[in-house]
Amino acid sequence: MSRIIFISHDGECHEAAISDGKSLMQIATSHGVPGIDGDCGGVCACGTCHVILDPLWFDRVGPSAIDEEQMLGMTPERQTTSRLACQVTVSADMDGMTVRLPEFQM
Amino acid sequence: MNVIDPILRKAQARIPMDLQIRGVHLFHKVRHAVLPDSRPPVFSEHPIPDVADVALADIDVSNPFLYRQGKWREYFARLREEAPVHYQPESAFGPFWSVTRYEDILTVDKDHERFSAEPFIVLGDPPVGLSIEMFIAMDPPRHDLQRQAVQGVVAPKNLKEMEGLIRQRVQDVLDHLPTDRPFDWVEQVSIELTARMLATLLDFPYDQRHKLVYWSDLAAGGPDTTGGPLDLDEFFQGIIDMAQHLSAHWHDKAARRSAGEAPGYDLISLMQSHDSTRDLIDRPMEFLGNLALLIVGGNDTTRNSMSGGVLALNRFPDQFAKLKADQTLIPNMVSEIIRWQTPLAYMRRIATCDTMLGGQFIRKGDKLVMWYASGNRDERQFENADDFIIDRPNARNHMSFGFGVHRCMGNRLAELQLRILWEELLARFDDISVLEEPGIVQSNFVRGYSRMMVKLTQKSAT
Repeated sequence: MSRIIFISHDGECHEAAISDGKSLMQIATSHGVPGIDGDCGGVCACGTCHVILDPLWFDRVGPSAIDEEQMLGMTPERQTTSRLACQVTVSADMDGMTVRLPEFQM
Repeated sequence: MNVIDPILRKAQARIPMDLQIRGVHLFHKVRHAVLPDSRPPVFSEHPIPDVADVALADIDVSNPFLYRQGKWREYFARLREEAPVHYQPESAFGPFWSVTRYEDILTVDKDHERFSAEPFIVLGDPPVGLSIEMFIAMDPPRHDLQRQAVQGVVAPKNLKEMEGLIRQRVQDVLDHLPTDRPFDWVEQVSIELTARMLATLLDFPYDQRHKLVYWSDLAAGGPDTTGGPLDLDEFFQGIIDMAQHLSAHWHDKAARRSAGEAPGYDLISLMQSHDSTRDLIDRPMEFLGNLALLIVGGNDTTRNSMSGGVLALNRFPDQFAKLKADQTLIPNMVSEIIRWQTPLAYMRRIATCDTMLGGQFIRKGDKLVMWYASGNRDERQFENADDFIIDRPNARNHMSFGFGVHRCMGNRLAELQLRILWEELLARFDDISVLEEPGIVQSNFVRGYSRMMVKLTQKSAT
C-alpha cells in the first residue's frame, strides 16, 4: 500500500495511507496525524493545515494557486516549499513522500 | 480628491490628534443642531414579536435588542430556511443583505475580490469626518502589510513565551475570588483577565489598564455603527481621551527606545520596527483605527467567551459533569464555547461588482452582512447546532474567527487564555453556579454580557 510520511516539528513520524483523489489534509486528519487542524474543512480559508514539502517533491506536486499564496503569506513560519495540505491532491505515485509539519499552525 | 488628499494627510500629521477629533465633534454638534435628520439614531427597547408573526420581507436582524431578548435564534433560523440571502431595504443602518447559512458565509468571506472589507466592518458607518482606518477593513495588498507588522505579537511562537505569565495571572485572579458570597463574574473575572492581557500586549501602564477596556467598549458601542447605547458626546470625549493617551504612549515608547532601551515584544514596539507602520503616528485615523481594532479584538471577544462558557455549562449541566470527568476535553470545549457564544455576531462586506449569491442578484456597492452567529447554528453544518456539546467532533469548524485573509489574528491567544482559565477553574472549584439571568449588552455586533452573578463552590478536599 502506498503511504505518505508526516514528520512533526520534534521529529516524530506518522504514516498515512494514500487514497487516490483525497487531499493531503484529509488523509492526515483521517489517520489522526497530530499538528494539522484543517479548521475550515479543506477550502483554503484558514491556513491551519500548513505543511512543508521536501524540495524534490515540491516541484513534482506543483505550485500553489493565488488564494493559497494569500493564506500562506499570513503564516509566520512559512518556508519556500510550504503548501496548504488541503490544496494538495494525493495520488499513488506519491508513495514514500515525506512531509514536515511546522511547530505551530496559525 | 487626489489634490486634497495629500494636503489633508499633511494637516492630519501636523495638527494634534485630539484637536482634530475635537473639531469633528464640534462639526457634528453644529450639524445636528442645524440638521435634525443628521442626528444618530437613538434605539429604545420594545418587545420584539415572535418571528412567526412577522412578514419575511420585514425581518430586520440589525435590531440591537434581538440578542438581549433571546429572539435571535428563531429569527436567524427562519432566514436560513426561507431566505438564506435576505434583503432588508430600510433598516436604521440603511439597506443591507443578510447572509445566514454556513456555506454562503464561507463563500463571501473567502472572496475578498468580489466582497470588499472596505471601508468598515460593522453595519453602520462611523461619524462623518472620523473616517478611522484599520487593517481589518482594508483589502490586500495594504491589509497584508499592516497585518504582517503586528501579527507576530500573537503568533503561536510568542504565545509559548507568554503561557506562564497568563497562567500566573489567571491563578492570581481566581485565588482572590470570594467563595462565601455571590459576585459578578463579568467584572471580577472576564474583564479583569482581558484587561491585564491587553495591557501586556500594548505594554500599556498596568495601573491604567481599565482605560483600555473603557475605550474598547466605546469604540464598539456607537449607536450609528452597532446600535449601541452611547451618546455621541460621550463617544467623542472617550475617543479624544484615547487619542491623547495612546499617542503619548507611542511617543514615550519611541523616546525610551532612542534613549537606548531595547524594544519589547509588544504591539507598539513591533509597529515602530516595521516599515509599513513606523510612521503610523503621522496618520492619525489609521493609528487610532488600528489600535482600536487590536483593543476591541482582544477585549470583547475573549471577555464574552469567558462569561459565555460559564453560562453554557450552566445551561447544559450534563456537559459540566462530562468535563469534570474528563479534563482532556478542555481544548475541544474551548472551540465549542467560541462556536456557541460567537462573541462577534458578524462582519460586513461590500460587493465590488454585480454578482449572484445564493440565488439572489447582488448589485455592485450593496452591503452584505455575514452573520457568523447564524452560520454557527446552521444545522447543515452542525448537528443539534443550538446545543452546547463539549466533545462535538467538528467544533473547530466554527466561523467565529472568520475565514480567508481577515481570519482572526488572535485566535491562538484566545484559545490559550480560555484553555488556561478552564484548567485553573477545574483545579479549584466544583461548581460555578449562575444565579440569575445575565445582563446582555445592547448591540447588533457584540454578543456580550454586562453582568453575570455567580456563586462558587470550592473543590472538596480529596
